[in-house]
Formats: sequence, structure tokens, C-alpha cells
Amino acid sequence: MASGTAGAERMRHPGRTGRAAAVAHGLRAYGLIVRMWIRSTLAYRTSFVMMAVGDLAATGLDFVAILLMFSQIDALGGFSLPEVAFLYGTSSLSLGLADLLLGSIERIGRRVRDGTLDTLLLRPVPVFAQVAADRFALRRLGRVSQAVLVLGWSLTELEVDWTAGRVLLVPLMALCGTAIFGAVFTAGAAFQFWAQDAAEVQNSFTYGGNALLQYPPTVFAKDLVRGVTFVIPLAFVNWLPALRLLGHPDPLGLPGWVDFLGPAVAALMCAGAGLAWRYGLRAYRSTGS
Amino acid sequence: MTAERLIDVDGVEKVFTVRRKAGRLRRVRHEVRAVDGITFQVPRGEMVAYIGPNGAGKSTTVKMLTGILVPSGGRLRIAGIDPARERTRLARRIGVVFGQRTTLWWDLPLKDSYELVRRMYRVPDAVYRAHFARCAELLDLGPLLDVPVRQLSLGQRMRGDIAAALLHDPEILYLDEPTIGLDVISKAKVREFLREVNAERGTTVLLTTHDLTDIEQLCRRVMVIDHGRLVYDGGLDGLRAAGDGERTLVVDLERELPPIEGVPGARTVKVEGPRQWLAFPAGRSAAPLVAAIAERYPLVDLSVREPDIEEVIAKLYAGDGGRPDRTATAADTP
Repeated sequence: MASGTAGAERMRHPGRTGRAAAVAHGLRAYGLIVRMWIRSTLAYRTSFVMMAVGDLAATGLDFVAILLMFSQIDALGGFSLPEVAFLYGTSSLSLGLADLLLGSIERIGRRVRDGTLDTLLLRPVPVFAQVAADRFALRRLGRVSQAVLVLGWSLTELEVDWTAGRVLLVPLMALCGTAIFGAVFTAGAAFQFWAQDAAEVQNSFTYGGNALLQYPPTVFAKDLVRGVTFVIPLAFVNWLPALRLLGHPDPLGLPGWVDFLGPAVAALMCAGAGLAWRYGLRAYRSTGS
Repeated sequence: MTAERLIDVDGVEKVFTVRRKAGRLRRVRHEVRAVDGITFQVPRGEMVAYIGPNGAGKSTTVKMLTGILVPSGGRLRIAGIDPARERTRLARRIGVVFGQRTTLWWDLPLKDSYELVRRMYRVPDAVYRAHFARCAELLDLGPLLDVPVRQLSLGQRMRGDIAAALLHDPEILYLDEPTIGLDVISKAKVREFLREVNAERGTTVLLTTHDLTDIEQLCRRVMVIDHGRLVYDGGLDGLRAAGDGERTLVVDLERELPPIEGVPGARTVKVEGPRQWLAFPAGRSAAPLVAAIAERYPLVDLSVREPDIEEVIAKLYAGDGGRPDRTATAADTP
């Protein structure tokens, strides 16, 4: 009997060479699903615009709080308004992008509980791509655009000698920051394979972490700063590279080269989160709960 | 001719470890054998019913066959593929329908779901067009294509789900209670469609159901699982005998009479006016009974009723499901 398994032979994935193919395959599936959701979102254009504007306004409110504060003071922990705006922009942009790209993954706990995860396991594409792309919420661009606006404004106001290296550092920070937040999202989701209501724990690291990173590290207790440097290394999202860029001393007094560890930290965290995800999915497939 | 073993299950087990509270902090682990060493083969093109009471291990088996769950023991091959290790590769060759939950995207219109399935499975255009047209026609999908899945009725959604499972032309179709909750017309439509798919494409079908009409109309072979073990594997007719069923002889007499007596091997179970019901073992012929009755009673009309398959299965479940010697073999299936 002829059967439509044209691609089946192509997907023999174990082995080193298959790793890259598997990633490409997952990205393709992610793209397919995301495109479908964007299309269905844009079918109701007005409602989408209103949601995105709402998101932008809601996330904008915490920057308004910062502005209000600076109407009374000139500096916060030794940081000027443009400098705080720079911290705010980089952190918010990183979280916004991670949330846009992977945020849906926090629904995995519910999928485990109601059994709909099983239907994802039946499709010939990675579960991670399916969960991450599920209900892709384009309105989250609201947070991203708000962060871009604040960051853009801060860049015009900062008194920094913009060498090529420093210019490159800004997008690199956003990229590493997105990866770090994305890893936290993923690790939190992986944890939900065991504890299905753990979404809030992960939220405290992502949204809570973001609220922390919007302010200069100098205003917080040293232990807290140590915690987000060494335990959950969120400090690499923006604090450490920003201190270098803005010419502020590191409150922990770490050696200078630590500031450049962002990409390495991001890569390590992504690898760890990936392992946690695989381990979680394997546990699910052996216990079915 | 030796048929290819498309589905090959050999001593497959699934053991879940459950922790139960015992005291304030102590937890006691104990093992639940959801599937306790089952063995069967299904050749290409067969339609098999897989039945059993709730919690017998049906769904767990289907989940292992599709690669969702990893077996704790035994050997499992679907079209030569180990589902646990090559789940995504297997996914292209099987279609799965869960009666209780949809595999479609809840918020998307049906046709968007199909488009996504087509791209995910990389179904070649020509194949897709042919299957889609056929499914849409047989399952009456035309008016439903623009409706978001969440707005479909259960029967409509089920038809939509079955079509989605077949768009990539799978070799095997697993159906987990495909007619549950459907009205009579939807049930008939689904059955008709499955028969056509099996006949036209040679698709192998494994069906779990509680609806015995599904089995009678679709499957010549039945597997019964209870307490994680296969207690019967064979034809539908053999199932009646295996359940120690009784047939019923219904006789209409000329007038109202006391219960018929003195017919060896039969006993009167019910009297209603001139009509009487006599039960006798399923394995025996009705002819000598009829002769014996006609000799002594004024017989007007008669009919013989086969044992109710539902009762037979209930008896199988109630019997000692753990005794492997009760397991019939598939040898008597055509």
C-alpha cells in the first residue's frame, strides 16, 4: 500500500549530524504554528490593536513610577534617569522578547493535568516547539515596543563614548538577556512536569526578576545582588554589562572579566534548561502524569 | 501466506509507581500493573476491536503503541519502529483519534487546523488534495470548515478529528472511543466512513470502544483486556462461546399454558401469556429442543436469540481475568 510517509525517512534523527536537522525541524514547526496564530489574531485587527496598546500602557506604568520618583530626586543609587531608563529598557526588552517567543510554555502544567499534552506527543514535531508556539500572543509586542521606546530614549540621553564595541554590546545584551529569561521560562515549565501548579514560582523569577533589574543594583542589599548573580544569574541580563558600559563600579567588586560572561552564562542556562525539559518530558512519558 | 505483523506486541508491561500517604510524612510506594504482559499481533489491513472495562489498561496500551508512554517491559514494534525511541518518526505513519479530547487546535477554524496538519506532516500536495476531498465528502465537512473547533458539536468535532487523523494517509489508525457521546446518525456516519477507509486504503484500524454495535459492525476480531491482561483474542462468534453464554428459544403456544417442563437441557425463564422463553447452552443445537416441545405442546411460532454480547462480555470481565489459560488465540480469525 502506498502511504504518505514521504518525510519519514528524512527524520531518522539519532546521531550527531541529526542534531542540527532536528533543531531546524523544530524551528520550522514553531514557525508554522506561530504563523497560523498570527493570521488568526489579525483576523480581528481592532481587538488585536486594542490588546497591544493595553499591554503597552500597562507595562508603561512602571516606568511612569520611575519618572515620578525622579521628579523628586536627581539620582537613584548613583544612577541618573537615563541610566535607570537604560537598565529598565534592556531588562524589559529581554523579558518582553522571551515572553513573546516562549511565554506560552508556562501552560504546560495545565496540559499535563488535563491530558492534552498527549495529543502533542502524537505529532511528528518536537513538543517544545508546539508548546512554545501555542497561542502565540502577538499582543505581547506591546511590552517589547514600550521597552524599545524607553531604551531608545535612554541611548540618546546617555553620556557614553559610543565606540563600536559599546554599540555592539547593546544588542548583545538584549540577545543574552532574552536567552537567560527564556531559559528561566523553560526550566520553570520543565518543573511543572512534576508540580503542575508551579507556574507562579517561575513567574516570580521572570516578572519578579524584571522588576528587580529595572533598578540599579546599588539600591539593593548585597545578598540579593549576590543571589541574582550566582544563584539565578539574572544579573547578567543587564546589570553587569550595563555597569561596565555606564562606567559604574560593581557593588560586589567582582573581577572585570565577569562583566563579559553574559553569552557564556546564557548558553549554560539554555543548555541546563534544555536538559531539564528533556528530563521532565521523559519523566512524563514514563509515569503518564 | 504469512501476513506482515504491522503491530507486534510481545509481553508488554506498564507499571506505575504510586505513592500513598501513610501517616504524617511517610509515603508508601506501591506498584500498579496497568498493563501486565500482553502479547498480540495485528496484520496489515485488519480492523480490531480492543475492549475492556474502565481502568482495564486499554488507553495505557494505546498510549504505548503510539509512543506517548514508554513501556516498563516487553517488546513493541509498529511497522518495525520502536515507538518509545522513535516517536516522531512513527507519528507520520499513524493516525490517532481520542474520543474524549480533540487533537485539533481549539481556537482555530477547522480548515486552518487541517492546513497546519498538512504542513507539519509534510503531506505532498496531491496526496493531501485527494484525501481531503474524500474525507470532506464522506464526513460532510464542507459547512464546518470555517467554524472554530470549539464551536463544533461533539459529532461534528469527532468527524473533524477523524479527518485530521487521516490526512497524512497513515498506515494505522488508532481510535479511542470514537463514537462516545455521539447520536445515532453521527455514529452511523463514522462507522460507514471507517469501513470505507479500511476497504479503500487498506488502513489497519485498532478501536477501543464501549459501544458493542461498533464492534459488531466493524470488527471481525476482538481483543478483551481486563486487569491489564488479555483475556480473549479471537472472532466475535468465539467471544459468545467463551463467555459461557446461553441462547434463548422463544416459543409462541396456541394458548396460555403453565411453564414448559421436561425438556432436557433447557429451562423456562419467562412466561408472558402464550409466549414462553427457554434458555439453553450456546454450544447446543436448538433442533432437538424444538422437536421435544412440538411433540407435547401446541406450537405456533418460534425464534432463537443469540446471547447478548454485552452480557457475554460482562461475564468475561467478572470471570477470573488473570488466568492466562483462558486466553484464546488469534488463530481462529480469518
